[in-house]
Amino acid sequence: MAEKTVSAGMYLLVYLALMVLLAATVGAAYLHLGNLTVVAAVGIAIVKATLIILYFMHIRVGSRNLWVFAVVGFLWLAILLTLGMTDYLSRGWVPAPTGWEPGK
Amino acid sequence: MSNVAARVAEQFDDAVQQRESATVGMWIFLATEVMFFGGMFLGYAVYRSSYPMVFGASSQRLDIVLGTLNTALLLTSSLTMAMAVHAAHSGKRRSLVGFLFATIVLGAGFLGIKFYEYFQKFEEHLVPGKGFVFEGADSRHAQLFFSFYFAMTGMHALHMVIGIVMMGVLIVFAMRGKFTAEYYNPVEMAGLYWHFVDIVWVFLFPLLYLVERS
Repeated sequence: MAEKTVSAGMYLLVYLALMVLLAATVGAAYLHLGNLTVVAAVGIAIVKATLIILYFMHIRVGSRNLWVFAVVGFLWLAILLTLGMTDYLSRGWVPAPTGWEPGK
Repeated sequence: MSNVAARVAEQFDDAVQQRESATVGMWIFLATEVMFFGGMFLGYAVYRSSYPMVFGASSQRLDIVLGTLNTALLLTSSLTMAMAVHAAHSGKRRSLVGFLFATIVLGAGFLGIKFYEYFQKFEEHLVPGKGFVFEGADSRHAQLFFSFYFAMTGMHALHMVIGIVMMGVLIVFAMRGKFTAEYYNPVEMAGLYWHFVDIVWVFLFPLLYLVERS
């Protein structure tokens, strides 16, 4: 029973892509992107992480069963970050009811 | 492929099924690791969105050259680790040991630079606590940034120390001839762990070092 594997040449190609993306993320930090700075930083990091997961961690050639286990952790993380930030970012939007004071 | 040479435990049909089971278990462990680091990332996001200016000013105090160099070292160590798994899969014992050793050297290089950076932060009074000195911006909130910096990079460094110890054990096992082209599950699992630690750093680097550089 033959398993699919990633070739050594592919590893090298992914590595070169990762190094280019490292240069890109440092370069992007020096551009005047304003609020987009963090979007560029996290966006490039997600691309790098995806390359590592697909090729170095063999998910690209793994079974569909394995895909589920690889994805759930990040799915839960997305839920944590989304719901957590939804709370904190929206706290100033609605004024606290009158007559309400902390500590009572 | 004989099940004896592949060291297949009796509950598995063959070596492939055994490796698949180990891999699934490893990914479940990594999911718990994602949640462990995820809590710190959420805390970081909450406070960075609350105090964006101070986080930007604090981030500028980190050494971007050393940070970039360390990222390159870690990405390279992931390549050597992937090559180690490749060598194990091909049954090449000598190159397996060589690539594992290279991974240890690169990982140790990362930790050495990290240690030097910590030393610099101590000298510059940037360690949260009584001796913390931060000019200009609100120093209490700058302490928050450096608390996240030390907690997150510290937990990451601890994971790397554990990974390096694992590589050392794998080298001993490999030299004793415990791995074959059919059975190298510990190498594959250590590889998954090492790449995961690399991924954590891939996010830590821009979020800590590249907040406000333009």
